[in-house]
Formats: sequence, C-alpha cells, structure tokens
Amino acid sequence: MPASQRVLVEIYRKMALIKHNDDRFISMIKAGRLTMPYYSARGQECIPAAISVLLTDRDYITTIYRGVHDMLAKGVPPKLLWAELAGRATGTCKGKGGPMHITHPESGCMVTTGIVGASMPIACGLGLAAQVRGEDRVVIANFGDGASNIGAFHESLNLAAVWKLPVIFVCQNNLFAEHTTLANGTAVQDISVRAAGYGIPGVTVDGNDPRAVYDAAQEAIRRARAGDGPSLLEAKTFRFNGHVFGDAGEYIPKDQYAAAVANDPYPRFRDALIAEDVATSAELDEIDALIETEINEAVTFAMDSPFPELSELGIDIYAPVGQA
Amino acid sequence: MSQTLVKPPAKINTVQAINLAIADAMEADENVIVFGEDVADLEGGGIVKVTQGLSTRFGGNRVRSTPISEMGFVGAAVGASLVGLRPVVEVMLMNFTAVCMDQITNHAAKLRFMSGGQTHVPLVIRTMTGAGFGTGGQHSDFLEAWFCHTPGIKVVAPSNPADAYGLMRAAIADEDPVIFIEHLPTYWVAGPAPAPGHFVPLGKAAIVQEGRDVTLIGYSRSVHDIRAAAVNLEKSGISCEVIDLRTISPLDMPTILASVAKTGRAVVVHEAVRSFGAGAEISARLHEQLWTKLKAPVQRVASKDCPVPFSKPLETGFLYSVDDIEIAVRTTLANA
Repeated sequence: MPASQRVLVEIYRKMALIKHNDDRFISMIKAGRLTMPYYSARGQECIPAAISVLLTDRDYITTIYRGVHDMLAKGVPPKLLWAELAGRATGTCKGKGGPMHITHPESGCMVTTGIVGASMPIACGLGLAAQVRGEDRVVIANFGDGASNIGAFHESLNLAAVWKLPVIFVCQNNLFAEHTTLANGTAVQDISVRAAGYGIPGVTVDGNDPRAVYDAAQEAIRRARAGDGPSLLEAKTFRFNGHVFGDAGEYIPKDQYAAAVANDPYPRFRDALIAEDVATSAELDEIDALIETEINEAVTFAMDSPFPELSELGIDIYAPVGQA
Repeated sequence: MSQTLVKPPAKINTVQAINLAIADAMEADENVIVFGEDVADLEGGGIVKVTQGLSTRFGGNRVRSTPISEMGFVGAAVGASLVGLRPVVEVMLMNFTAVCMDQITNHAAKLRFMSGGQTHVPLVIRTMTGAGFGTGGQHSDFLEAWFCHTPGIKVVAPSNPADAYGLMRAAIADEDPVIFIEHLPTYWVAGPAPAPGHFVPLGKAAIVQEGRDVTLIGYSRSVHDIRAAAVNLEKSGISCEVIDLRTISPLDMPTILASVAKTGRAVVVHEAVRSFGAGAEISARLHEQLWTKLKAPVQRVASKDCPVPFSKPLETGFLYSVDDIEIAVRTTLANA
C-alpha cells in the first residue's frame, strides 16, 4: 500500500526533525558549546524517516556512530539526546555513552555501536528473542556501505537467513567508507546483490526518495512479520558533512558533491509535497516552527543539566550488589 | 514441560555436572536458551556432549546448533540478553573467543555502563581449554587474563564437578556476562555430586584445605596440582593452606588476604602463561596490601611464555609441574 498523505507529512516531519537538529548540533559545536565527536547524517534523513513510520514502539532498531537520525526518527526524545551529547547526567545514558553509544529502550533503540558492523549480530539476537518468545516485533539493523565488507555483516545475514529471523538489514549507502570510495573498497556496486549469497531478498532504492524507501521497507517488514525471515534493503544516499565533524572532505570529487547537494532529500521532498498538494508551504512551515521550539527547549534542558557525579565511574559496571 | 527428575548418582564428572546445571536452569526459567556449534542432539549434543539431550528435552526453539560464526552467534546472544533472555552459548574452544572478542569486550562487557544502566547482558559464554591432549597452539590456551582485564565481565573457572554445577547455576542466574572456563583434560574426573539446586556464589573462593605455613592459590586445573603438592609437602612437615578461587574476576580478596595474613607466604599457580597473568595481579595486590605481613615475596608458578607446543615432551615442558609448585613453596620458606 503506498504511503498516505498523512504518512507523507509524518515522514516530512521526521526529516525536518533530523535536519534541524543536525543544523543545531553543528552550530553548537562551531560555537564551542558542544564538545563531541560528531558523525553527521545530514543527507541521509529520508531513510529512517520513511522506515520508522512503518514501525511501532515494540519494534527494535540498532544503529551505529552515525545514527542520531535513526534515533530521532524512532522516537528518542530530543532533550534526552541533547543532554547525552552534552555529557550530562540527564542524558539517555547519564552521559556515560555519548554520541556513539546512545541507548533508549523505551523507543526501541537498543544499541548504538562505535564498531563498524558490530550491531548486526546484536540485531540478530533481538530478532531471535522475539522469535523464541513468539512476539510480533521486527528489528531494523542500520549500517553503512563500509560495514558490508566486515565479517559481522556476512555472519549476521547468514545466521538471520538460517534461522529466519525478523531482521531488516538496512544499508544506508552514502558511497564512502570513512574516506574510501565505494569503488575502491567494495567489490560490488550495489550492496543489495550480496543478499543472494544468503538466499534472502535484496533490493536497492533511491535513499533520497521517501516513497521508494517506504515501499521497499514495507515489503521487507511484511516478510519479517510473516515469519519469512530477513531482507537486505540498500538505500543509496550521500552524507554532506564528511565522515566526522571537521573532515574537510578533500577526497570527495567536487562535481560529485555538487550533484549530491542538488539532490538534497529535504528540500526535494518539501517541494514535492507542495507541488503535489499534499501540504501547503504554510503547513510545513508550522511543522518546522514546532520542531525549532522543541530543539530550543532541548538545548536549554541539556545545557542547564548537571554533569554526572564522579561516583558514576563505579556504577553500572556490574549489577548492583544484591541484584546479581 | 514437566519432567521426572532422576536422582543423580553419588559421583559425577564435570561434563555431567554442567549438563545437569543447564538442564535444571532451563527447567526453572524458560528464558534460558542454549546455542553454539553442534550443541543440539542432531549434531551430537556438543563436541564433548556437554549439551547432550537438551535439544530433545527442551526443543529446537530453545536449543540450537549454529553456523561456525562465533562473532555472529555471540553477538546474537548479546542481543537476546539485552531484552531478557538468558543465553548460555558455547564457544567451543577458548582460542575461538579471539574471533568474537569485539562482541565480548566492546559490547557484552560495556553495554550496562555505556547505556547508563538501561540495559545489561545476562549472558554465559561456556568455553573449554587446557593443554595435555596435543591440541597445540590454537586449541589449548588459557586466556582468562584477557577477560579479567576488561571491567564488566565475570570470569569463572571451576575445578571439580560439584563446583561446576553450582557455579553454572549462579552464572546463569547472574545479571552480568560470565566467561565460564571448562578444563578439557579434567572433564571426566569424577567427584561428589552436587545437591540439586546447589548454587556456588560468584566471587567467592573456597578454602579447600587449611594450613599454617604457606597459602597455595589456584583455579581450574591448578587446584588439582596444588592439592597434590600440599600432600607431598605435608610429608616434610610443611603445612599448606589451599585456596580454589572458583571465580577469577572479581577476585575474592577478603578470603585471599585473610589466608595470606595468617600464613605470611603465598604461591599462585595457573596454567596460563606467566607474564601479565592472573598470578601477577594477585601477587601485586598481596604486596600492596600485606607488605608488612609477608614473610617472603609471593611466588608465581605458571606455564612458559610461549605458544602451546604440540610435541609431547615440549607440551609437558611448557606446563608447570607439581615439582615446580613444591620448589616455589620451598623458596618462600627459604626466605624466612
């Protein structure tokens, strides 16, 4: 079933939430008010926005260090995210995880890893738990094109296929593995063809087209919920801010970068919604304004929050005595 | 599912004890699941049959043989444990933990801390090892120091069947990841059977034998050897106190300190290679905390700092001997 007008507007809202938060993270880092290693996903916002509208709070995601967009789309409250990125005691993880290790079980964000590929085996385990218990849950395992070259990817696809686990492997292919191009580091042009090696469906879609991502994800999620096992969904996209904040991107060909920016999914989708009479410019402006307000509140909450006590260094290493 | 519990025999070996512990835990808690290479009955019930019968009794949903993908299935165990299952996974040989160390040390060990306590990993990784069977450099190593050096993991190494049962029950019930080290060459040594439901608390050492002159500290295989050394030394009038650590990390320092404060001498013995091993940590803590009460420097007895060799004379020479333990004890006494 194609996305309804209401769903399309919700996808827009999530994309705007991701974009505006990203803009503010970067302005705060530049202003010296936020100190963190930041792996911006600006340019990739369409992918989690279009997938997450197909999920419930019961469904799980795993993601990676470039994962703030995935978390916002899945529903991690911005103020808790901001507090975590600012290293505050009020953050999702009490400031002990940071941008590469966000966890927020209430919204289904179970693991964020800083180790390329490592969240895919864990996603299999989340799917296994749902299967063993007969629960209706699916797992979205987010990763990048670079991670499709590490062993964990291949072991996970095989294991998920053998056990028919309800896992959707979502490769957000932004064409660069750190600084290495897809062509120089990956033996295939389309990651999705690797699915054939594990006997599971693999599709490639335009990761900047919300409808394409939505339709492909819908089919993969349907399959997983029906007990038919995993799928590999590759969404081709681009990251506008390099590997990590401060990366000047000298290794990115100028014409490739210009073409990617011309294909920026956020204005592209906004213009399409208006052109197709799904929403008016004023309605979308209102959505943007509400998000700006929410971000302002999140920034204030984070910056006014205390840093964690040093006693936290001795807490959460093992279960509290008496509980183990 | 209800099963008539068969009364265990008076003596059982460690293979049977661990099998019984996992079965009893699975009976008591449906969240306990088992997977690993060849662990289901179709594949033989485990390479040494530790998991024999479990898949038949508890079904293929809860007991599964895996592909040869340690990174994949240990990671899956981490994921399943995050949402409340209690996986008991078999990484067949301890050397194979090397191919899934990322999941163990970067994930299992740290997710409680990095999530600010929102998630945790109640996971048991069973793994066997030990030299003596000619299995050479990649099938015999004691690698416990790798895990002891990682905050967030508990490391357990039983020396006898009853402790193996009780420690396994405690490990499965524990809320943190546990590396459970099984000693291959002593798997089939029989010992007194545990009472059903017997739990041995993690982090608690056992004083196997009380003594006056020197404290011998070991775990896993070395407990057999320090007991043998103690018997020999007794004939020379040397009274040894024997401690079986049972849990290597966290160390039961109160028990160790009380014993060594009494005897004033200590020898730590392990099958792992000597340098940077658990013996070094225990020795350092004793010197730091009991300096004025020590009558002699703490001695370490361990395997040679080389890969485990194949050829029988080399393998025997690689391992410490009971004689080495006795020499170390006499060295501490010579310093009196």
